[in-house]
Amino acid sequence: MVRIESKNENLYAYLSGEIDHASSQSMREEIDFEVEKYHPQKLYLDFKGVTFMDSSGIGLVMGRYKQMEPIGGEVHVVNTSSHIKKVMSLSGLDRLVTLE
Amino acid sequence: MEIVNEVNLTIWSKSSNESYARVAVSSFFTQLDPTVDEITDIKTAVSEAVTNCIVHAYRNTVGKIYITARITADRYAYIKIRDKGCGISDVKQAMEPMFTTAPDEERAGLGFAVMQTFMDKVKVTSAPGKGTTIVMTKKIRPRRNNG
Ligand SMILES: Nc1ncnc2c1ncn2[C@@H]1O[C@H](COP(=O)(O)OP(=O)(O)OP(=O)(O)O)[C@@H](O)[C@H]1O
Ligand SMILES: [Mg+2]
Repeated sequence: MVRIESKNENLYAYLSGEIDHASSQSMREEIDFEVEKYHPQKLYLDFKGVTFMDSSGIGLVMGRYKQMEPIGGEVHVVNTSSHIKKVMSLSGLDRLVTLE
Repeated sequence: MEIVNEVNLTIWSKSSNESYARVAVSSFFTQLDPTVDEITDIKTAVSEAVTNCIVHAYRNTVGKIYITARITADRYAYIKIRDKGCGISDVKQAMEPMFTTAPDEERAGLGFAVMQTFMDKVKVTSAPGKGTTIVMTKKIRPRRNNG
């Protein structure tokens, strides 16, 4: 699930539940819809409510980076648990997005 | 090594079964009194292997995924996940981090890297047109009893 808020020039996507191949598709569509609508400067992906994630979550973050890059925006990944950090550390994602 | 317990599970390759499969397999191993982190590691590795059967092996079709979970006397969690799907022609290449045959679907090509990081050993056998078998093991160390 994802709840999205826009504040100032930025977009905040609060992800929750389990991120896998089954769930990531609708998250992706919802975020992209808002990104296209608002063209935010920064997209914050908040993982606080995420209870499980496999490599589909990396695909989700990488895909949003590809979405934000052409419009000159940044992606910030925040509130990751140690499990999510462990999965993300395999990806070299830190070279593309800001992991906080 | 002597097997002390085993379960076998056959599921259809539907993405709605991903969550069920990883929860069912990881909960079988609670008998070994693993840590929360160890259970999460197993859950994540199973999720990768099962998802690969769904998105790659049985692309555009629905087939069966055969899962065996075993506990050995020396405290190994053993997991075998087999499909009768398209198979992999070059296993070595497929296992390289970031290699994917489905980049347009936002696949990161990191499923095998996740399995290798989260389990002790991962063995892949595959034959094009016949299917793929993944065997993964992880030692669950006994926890010191502080009580
Ligand atoms: N069970 C399988 N049957 C057929 N091909 C497979 C199977 N598992 C993996 N592959 C092949 O190996 C490649 C690498 O798999 P891996 O799980 O590492 O990455 P991915 O599935 O492409 O992306 P990600 O897992 O990060 O979403 C896949 O792109 C696919 O071509
Ligand atoms: Mg995969």
